[in-house]
Amino acid sequence: MEIPEQVKKKLTLPAEEHFYAGHTACQGCGAALGLRYVLKAYGRKTIFAIPACCSTIIAGAWPYNTLGANLFQTAFETTGAVLGGIEAALKARGIKVKGEDGVMIVGWAGDGGTADIGLQALSGFLERGHDALYIMYDNEAYMNTGIQRSSSTPYGAWTTNTPGGKRHFLEKRHKKKVIDIVIAHEIPYAATASVAYPEDFIRKLKTAQKTPGPSFIQLFAPCPTGWRSPTDKSIEIARLAVQTAYFPLFEYKEGKYKINMPNPKKEPKPIEEFLKLQGRFKYMTREDIQILQEWVLREWEKLKKLAEVFG
Amino acid sequence: MEYKPIRKVVSGNYAAAYAALHARVQVVAAYPITPQTSIIEKIAEFIANGEADIQYVPVESEHSAMAACIGASAAGARAFTATSAQGLALMHEMLHWASGARLPIVMVDVNRAMAPPWSVWDDQTDSLAQRDTGWMQFYAENNQEVYDGVLMAFKVAETVNLPAMIVESAFILSHTYDVIEMIPQELVDEFLPPRKPLYDLADFEREPFSVGSLATPADYYEFRYKIQKSMEEAKKVIKEVGREFGERFGRDYSQMIETYRTDDADFVFMGMGSLMGTVKEAVDILRQEGYKVGAAKVRWFRPFPKEELYELAKNVDGIAVLDRNYSFGMEGILFTEAKGALYNTDAKPLMKNYIVGLGGRDFTVNDVRKIAENMKAVIEKGELDVEVDWYHLKR
Repeated sequence: MEIPEQVKKKLTLPAEEHFYAGHTACQGCGAALGLRYVLKAYGRKTIFAIPACCSTIIAGAWPYNTLGANLFQTAFETTGAVLGGIEAALKARGIKVKGEDGVMIVGWAGDGGTADIGLQALSGFLERGHDALYIMYDNEAYMNTGIQRSSSTPYGAWTTNTPGGKRHFLEKRHKKKVIDIVIAHEIPYAATASVAYPEDFIRKLKTAQKTPGPSFIQLFAPCPTGWRSPTDKSIEIARLAVQTAYFPLFEYKEGKYKINMPNPKKEPKPIEEFLKLQGRFKYMTREDIQILQEWVLREWEKLKKLAEVFG
Repeated sequence: MEYKPIRKVVSGNYAAAYAALHARVQVVAAYPITPQTSIIEKIAEFIANGEADIQYVPVESEHSAMAACIGASAAGARAFTATSAQGLALMHEMLHWASGARLPIVMVDVNRAMAPPWSVWDDQTDSLAQRDTGWMQFYAENNQEVYDGVLMAFKVAETVNLPAMIVESAFILSHTYDVIEMIPQELVDEFLPPRKPLYDLADFEREPFSVGSLATPADYYEFRYKIQKSMEEAKKVIKEVGREFGERFGRDYSQMIETYRTDDADFVFMGMGSLMGTVKEAVDILRQEGYKVGAAKVRWFRPFPKEELYELAKNVDGIAVLDRNYSFGMEGILFTEAKGALYNTDAKPLMKNYIVGLGGRDFTVNDVRKIAENMKAVIEKGELDVEVDWYHLKR
């Protein structure tokens, strides 16, 4: 459908769609939205490397492809390594990578494939300095295999292998701070983003495109199936994750931290507001909520300090 | 241009590195492991000296080495790597990925025994454990065959769209220097033109496409069948490429099983890799001693040359299969394969399995003589003493 010019002028996101109808994501899927925004930012000249994850399914079974880009689906733990190989091949062949007119090579992996099994290949990719972007879409568990905990699952969350019950057996570890591990590699650009703030996300994608070397974006992507949340609440939940400072938006560029909160002066909302919309937190006790709240605020203070000192 | 070989004294590993250079590989992703390491060190030297224009990816593991080669090959480049033993085992998952995605990657595996106990010496179990990954496998007898094998492997692999492994012995070849004849670059270029990929991730003119996506039970089966069809086609391509190589460069590789003095042989020794050099030497000596023996060197283990084996087997009374490898709970791997290949044929030679040289145990001409004595007695008696003979065992 042609969009009138006067409407186009008012749009805050690129009008072009490269993510086709007929994909097989669940209703309210954050990952599907994320893919749509990545394709809006980069268009046809994109090569995706996608490991085993929900997006393997979202992209469609053979012979279909719902992404308007070339896509190589690879083994679970190999996203970082495959990105490096693709980049090396393009360089060997004299094909321009990154920049306005170059090819964007994008790794698109879930939190399990990034924070757990793929962490080694991610680290290798980052330290070798490949010209590509790695996006970890974070739905905080192994959703494609049926909601098992990953190291990115937060404290107190129900999953199928950290179920709630009479003995109160729940996830007892705090969410692994993958972005901190990434930043420890001193790469040129790393950022967090959320599907609730697409303009911010697309701006970060554009920054990654302009910045030579490896970039990393950790995208907060709700999963109604795994989070036991209403399918029409995904954006609200993602927004509350930012507003409660549970998942603050920030970027790290050439050694400097910058917080990108929608209302920078506002104090974080209580964590309950984020938790109450999701069935996965229903087993948490008052004490559990308190433990999570303290962790969130402690991490938030740490981030503010980093932005203050290295801003 | 007239072919004038360049004679050079090189190790097996340097022969592999020169072959990769002459094949104009575009991406090398590799991880260090003994005794493979000098292959990738030599390639790094070529790059440092400006002799090669290769993208070199020093990865953090062999698993990533193969994954990076897969990414590179899918994005249209000629990709190469090398490994050994534990490294090859770590790659195992990705070997399936390379063949399933139909990527003509070429790899040199320096045959080394698996741990524990730790061993860095020769043993074929590492590569043979990759039997079912959809990789073609060529076993080199000497440094010349390592060099020639890499060049031919690229041509075969890029014709049938399957990956190929060139296998050489730890230390016996990898670190032993020998004179080989290398081919001038222009002539290699004529023999091996630039790669034309089956698909190219950097092709944005065509409809967007996906490789490696989910295939339902309605389609998966056919994907497997096509790999087998290509393996069958590879037999023809291997023979053609081997013949062409012989016509151009004087060394003929049109036989997938190289036979040596087998025409009137009562029985033959069959095996793979460097140990067959010792066997050929022994055959000459044994012939002088009155044994009517020959040697059959299986060059290509995958695809398996069933037809050539049949032609050999129908004319001999016995085959002594020498396995520098073992499949626990069964027997030597080549022995199983050879017996299986002959089962539905009328060729029924007496076959006995000798397990030799595991973990680098020395295997000499004298060992071949002892095996010949035993094999002769077994054939005269018309029945096996034991089917699988752990020949070196300290009793």
